[in-house]
Amino acid sequence: MLYFSKFRILFITLFSVLFILIASSNLFKFDDNFFDKKINLGLDLQGGSYLLLEIDNEPVIEQKLQNLTTTIRNYFKEKNIKINNIKIDNQNIFFNVIDNDKQSVLDVFQDENSDLNPYYPRFKSHQLEIEDTGLNLKVNFSRQGLIKLKTSSQDQAIEIVRRRVDEVGTNEPNILKRGNNRILVELPGLDDPMRVKSLLGKTANLTFRFVTNDQGDRFGVEKLKFENDLEEAMVSKRIIISGENLLDAQPKMDTQTNQTIVSFTLDRVGAKRFGKATSTGIGKQLAIVLDGKIISAPVVRDTIASGSGQISGGFTFQTATDLALLLRSGALPAPLEIIEERTVGPDLGQDSINAGMIALAIGFMLVIIFMFVKYKIFGLITNVTLIVNLFILLGVLTLFEATLTLPGIAGIILTVGMAVDANVLIFERIKEELKDETNNILAFDGGYTKSRTAILDANITTLLAAIILFFMGSGPVKGFAVTLGVGIFTTLFSVYFIARLFTSIYVSRNKDKEKLI
Amino acid sequence: MIAFNKYYNHFNLLSSILIVVSLLLLIFKGLNFGIDFKGGTLIELRASDSKINVSSLRDRFNQMDLGDVSVKKFGNDTDFLVKFENKDNKNNIIEEIKTNLDKSFGNNYDFRRVENVGPKVSAELLKSGVIAISLSLALMLIYIWIRFEWQFSLGAILALFHDVIVTLGVFSLFSLEINLSIIAAVLTIVGYSMNDTVVIFDRVRENLRKYSDIKIFELTNISINETLSRTIITSATTLLALLAIYFFGGEILKGFSLAMILGVVFGTYSSIYIANTVLVRLRVSQKTVLREDDQK
Repeated sequence: MLYFSKFRILFITLFSVLFILIASSNLFKFDDNFFDKKINLGLDLQGGSYLLLEIDNEPVIEQKLQNLTTTIRNYFKEKNIKINNIKIDNQNIFFNVIDNDKQSVLDVFQDENSDLNPYYPRFKSHQLEIEDTGLNLKVNFSRQGLIKLKTSSQDQAIEIVRRRVDEVGTNEPNILKRGNNRILVELPGLDDPMRVKSLLGKTANLTFRFVTNDQGDRFGVEKLKFENDLEEAMVSKRIIISGENLLDAQPKMDTQTNQTIVSFTLDRVGAKRFGKATSTGIGKQLAIVLDGKIISAPVVRDTIASGSGQISGGFTFQTATDLALLLRSGALPAPLEIIEERTVGPDLGQDSINAGMIALAIGFMLVIIFMFVKYKIFGLITNVTLIVNLFILLGVLTLFEATLTLPGIAGIILTVGMAVDANVLIFERIKEELKDETNNILAFDGGYTKSRTAILDANITTLLAAIILFFMGSGPVKGFAVTLGVGIFTTLFSVYFIARLFTSIYVSRNKDKEKLI
Repeated sequence: MIAFNKYYNHFNLLSSILIVVSLLLLIFKGLNFGIDFKGGTLIELRASDSKINVSSLRDRFNQMDLGDVSVKKFGNDTDFLVKFENKDNKNNIIEEIKTNLDKSFGNNYDFRRVENVGPKVSAELLKSGVIAISLSLALMLIYIWIRFEWQFSLGAILALFHDVIVTLGVFSLFSLEINLSIIAAVLTIVGYSMNDTVVIFDRVRENLRKYSDIKIFELTNISINETLSRTIITSATTLLALLAIYFFGGEILKGFSLAMILGVVFGTYSSIYIANTVLVRLRVSQKTVLREDDQK
């Protein structure tokens, strides 16, 4: 166990030096681009906001079913089948057809090549399920259909979340999907997430409707409040265009009037409808309604047939930016709810780093002193190993660009405390061997060999705990699992290679000395 | 050699009492779950005005109709921890609170940390915490079952349960908060306690093979003594590291390091006085290990 070939010594030295260099890249800035990796600081250390959003898909489902009733009616009308009593109840569509038509309706829904009801061959499932209740026909989303719907609504939502977060302009936000109805948003360095939160919390269900005083409007009218909750206006229920017709909206500077404006572009269908509506509605106010509130009600000055127009009126650049953003997000009807928030101010993060570093330094010193007092020269070997171990641990974390959290620092300190265990097991075993063995080399060899199973057992048990923590834990706790787990491997390396190398050099030089340990 | 085995019965009795008391505490007093597991909102606030203290803050917050509000000092005299239920999980609650506090305290305070956990998330976190601890216990059981004879596994698992239950019992007794980092601490305790037990068991088994004429009662004592300096040194260095975290690592890590300190103490104790006594009570002998060896 004590023999080291030249090649192995070279390997150990190179390996250690490499990781020490990698670890120190966190402290110094290297000029070349070859190595620009750094340990990431978790939000609890650098400050920032962690938000978990949940998408409420109910309104999406509701709206899809609403659209579907029209589609179904038109689809069967072409086939000369009359759909009666169509209604939506509790996420089901119910309708009646005469008995002779029933089978052909069922066939349309259950045909794998149906153009009304998409079939997903991979999941062997249609988007919709149809059931003959006897009383009427019941159509609802299949399990697969719901999953598809949720995933696509999540895709849409994450795009909008990304845009909104970018708009607020935080550095390096992290936006990730969680499950099929959640979105995780990490905003490093953001002290006050108020603006992001209010933007994220907004449901973007957008419609353009005329302001009217005509109570006899055949689509009906409703009284809606403006965003400031003070003014009100009567708005027709007739939707000229809705969010999905909107392609883009941007804040701009009008060079002629020197005003900030919001310009927007529409899709083909939207442009056609908008052109028709504006041609008859010059001078009328067009309400832009978001979530039942009027966010803007510009007066139509001209026919907008080209599909692109602009809204002006007392915007600051900020309000124009926010309005444009809300317009762009208008295609998203699913509300987002913030179900978890964790925000740490940057000064608390810095305090945590300082406290963590002080604790690390003190813990390290205490362990080093203890080991030196207890084992003298072998304590020194352990201590050198411990320092190298710490650097290798930091090096590995840097290499994988792991995220260091406050519990992660605790994990490093704990690793320092527990890393000596393996050396202690070995040294204690050597002491025992020396009781009946006069040959130092044989005793040391025996000590290493016989302590191996205990060391392996001990480290595997801790590793098992770390692995579970890694997969079950979230955020800061995950950081703890990472440092604890990586620490086990670096500890084993430094004990069996570095400490053993030093021990072997020392023992072979002093092989005749008595009371070596 | 220290006669640990002289006190096997005494400490078994003590441990039984500790476990029963802890279980009673856990059942009747319960655990003080933090917002991670109960849901609600937490605000860590730093004041720069001596007018702001626990009672003035409590007055302010109680007027805001937030449900059950708790205000505590947090480390420094200027730092406070405010917790409340936030039943409706209102998103803009923080802004409302700020506006409200501004009226009485002006700009002389700062929110250093805000955490808001909705009821759905807290229920999930609790569930995954329980799963994580159960899973780790199960994995340890499987590992030790593969590595040792069943008598040893039983001893190690009883020791593990003892450590986890008594540590949680202490948390219940002093109403210390259970949050996500405590789950991490409990899992680490599970690893540490197992580690400690396994080292002694390894020696017991080695000695069982070596000596055929020594009874298990005596043999466990020999093994404990032979590994004693390692047990002491490793717990000492681990405790030193943990004490450094406890005293210097800041308020946030206090609960975590306290749980770990308790766990290391209980873990070291249980390796000697629970794990080994199980071997004695099950009359493990040389035959136990040799039979297993034959099978292999």
